[in-house]
Amino acid sequence: MKIHEYQAKEIFRRFNVPVPKGKVAFSVEEAVEAAAEIGGNIWVVKAQIHAGGRGKGGGVKLAKSPDEVRQLAGEILGMTLVTHQTGPEGKLVKRLLIEQGVNIEKELYVGITLDRAKSKITFMASTEGGVEIEKVAAESPEKILKETVDPEVGLQPYQARKLAFGLGLSGQQYKNAVNFLLSLYKAYQATDASLAEINPLVVTKEGEVIALDAKMNFDDNALYRHPEILEYRDLDEEAPLEIEASKFNLNYIKLDGNVGCMVNGAGLAMATMDIIKLAGGEPANFLDVGGTANKETVANGFKIILSDPNVRAILINIFGGIVRCDRVAQGVIDAVNEIKVEIPVVVRLEGTNAKEAGDLLKNSGLNFEVAKSLSEAAEKVTAVLR
Amino acid sequence: MSILVDNRTRLVVQGITGGEGSFHTQQMVEYGTKVVAGVTPGKGGQNFEGIPIYNTVEEAVKEQKANTSVIFVPPVGAADAILEAANAGIKLIICITEGIPVADMVKVYNSLQGKDVRLIGPNCPGVISPGKAKIGIMPGFIHKAGKVGVVSRSGTLTYEAVKQLSDLKIGQSTCVGIGGDPVIGSKFIDIVKLFNEDPGTEGIVMIGEIGGSAEEEAAEYIKKFVKKPVVGFIAGRTAPAGRRMGHAGAIISGGKGTAAEKMAVMKKAGIKVVESPAEIGITMKKALEQTKAKQQIKTGQKPAPKAVAKSRTLTKAPTKAGLKVKPAAKKAVKATAAPKTKATKTSATAKAALKSRTTAVVRKKAKTAGSMKKTLKTKTVSKKK
Repeated sequence: MKIHEYQAKEIFRRFNVPVPKGKVAFSVEEAVEAAAEIGGNIWVVKAQIHAGGRGKGGGVKLAKSPDEVRQLAGEILGMTLVTHQTGPEGKLVKRLLIEQGVNIEKELYVGITLDRAKSKITFMASTEGGVEIEKVAAESPEKILKETVDPEVGLQPYQARKLAFGLGLSGQQYKNAVNFLLSLYKAYQATDASLAEINPLVVTKEGEVIALDAKMNFDDNALYRHPEILEYRDLDEEAPLEIEASKFNLNYIKLDGNVGCMVNGAGLAMATMDIIKLAGGEPANFLDVGGTANKETVANGFKIILSDPNVRAILINIFGGIVRCDRVAQGVIDAVNEIKVEIPVVVRLEGTNAKEAGDLLKNSGLNFEVAKSLSEAAEKVTAVLR
Repeated sequence: MSILVDNRTRLVVQGITGGEGSFHTQQMVEYGTKVVAGVTPGKGGQNFEGIPIYNTVEEAVKEQKANTSVIFVPPVGAADAILEAANAGIKLIICITEGIPVADMVKVYNSLQGKDVRLIGPNCPGVISPGKAKIGIMPGFIHKAGKVGVVSRSGTLTYEAVKQLSDLKIGQSTCVGIGGDPVIGSKFIDIVKLFNEDPGTEGIVMIGEIGGSAEEEAAEYIKKFVKKPVVGFIAGRTAPAGRRMGHAGAIISGGKGTAAEKMAVMKKAGIKVVESPAEIGITMKKALEQTKAKQQIKTGQKPAPKAVAKSRTLTKAPTKAGLKVKPAAKKAVKATAAPKTKATKTSATAKAALKSRTTAVVRKKAKTAGSMKKTLKTKTVSKKK
């Protein structure tokens, strides 16, 4: 799960990770009030969307007076922000973070995430703050310092010291950095985060170490033990069809193509998308209906797929292992009858009772294209698209 | 031969009285797996269809000599269940549970390192050695005993590949679902190593997907050490970056873990990477035939190859084997002249051997045979068309 920057900073405050003074605003008025409350004479107006690259896209601006805060808030709120992470359609800005200006001396980077190869948490730091870390990793990997955390004992002070020294810090800055890193690890670990990234982490002329930006993602599997994190969910940031699908326990991801697909199992669903592409089509979605593909799940799947106006054909690919194909076929027939599917449907059912399933589909009086194998299914999809 | 599970497997089911646990226990027993115990805390002393239930895994090990565990415990208690099994002396733990928090698995994974125990999963379909033991949730009837090892991060996509193999009369030594989570007990490289060392495995199918770098690590190993043919597929070349594709581990993050990247590394390592998942079976068939042909040529060039001498020592007395070396060498020279005839002969015998083994398995499991016949029927129908 993803959250907004201002929410991540709320979590940081709870764990004593220093952040600038700031407040969320949902309107221009709230933005002006927030600026007054924060005080000072320089503010940053930041668009809050679940995507990086907001500064470059024009979603982060500096204001030198309350009037300027008002003007910038008016401009940014309601704008469609396009960044390298939003896709060309961009994202509508509905929330702002108003923050105090900070006297930056240095911009650094720190991040915590899982190192899958080691199956351990890894702490990363770099002097190359404020730029895309993927670029640094690709071009000059030696500039990224890493400390692997022993899960038995957590991040140790000596590791934090090593990172702080590695970042070239000394004196008060160094001391503050060590505390910062240890607190950040606590925040990561205590919330079951899957990513905590601060880019830039700034060192001020006064020796403070502050998270100027904050990004946190969380492990979906662990949300059951973090109701406080679940409250941060912002449905405006999710595709409406995906929210709808999640209500039916369907795992759906919308894509840009023209062939809708409905599959049981995530791996087979991805493979089905791949084979659609190989056959000359473009997958319109990822949809895993899970282990029990019955009438309800199939009907709900159809509804979700058909809500996408780009879809010109549907491919159903079910491997019946424990699930019986004839039952799935009956579900497909009932669902098609119920919701009047008017575009071509290619069905490939394999596994237990596949033959009976094929007969059911053929004798249903409905216009199904029945395929025996994966490759035949793909060919039939291509054929109906022509 | 097979890896991980076989006739010696004595299984304890953790979570045997739950919905999933009880259903799949029946399925496993029906397949012929030796399920010797179940564990549900608080239900010790009861039994499930004649299988004794214990409060702890420790008791199941002590009383029933369980050596393998399968876990159907819900995510909240699954990490604890793995640790319980490991500390009770279970040597192989197969965790089916989906949805265990990553932080829990990081702890479990690291705590198991250095211990004499292997974990498969979590979030996996399990492990099957066709005709010997089925541990997990995969449909038994699509499998066929044989000599190809299958390792995969997926469930139904694995069944798809297995079905393709079985339809082409290529049996499997063992099929291992390693799981779709970012932190899993055994990675591709671990299972590929086992298959490589297993004399009963002659080819390996490796089915990966986007996310992480486990396929690349296995490819490096394969490049260096594996002589057996390896066929590979990576699911998710059309998957968008930054999105979790069903499996918690199937995500391209920071531009890393793409299908294209993985396929390139695998190809470089000599793995036969298929573009389409529909070609896994046929590609393995060709690869096996090629290897066989190569072996025949080799046999022809080298007089008295080790393999021949070895197989003879197994059946005949060592002195006799020594005497037989010369005629074998003569035969080998002849084989160079006509390698084709020899190749067909050997494969025919191998096929016959396979056939007799499979029929034996089918006879043993009357119920499985019923569904097998059905699949056979379907096949003939499709062929006629």
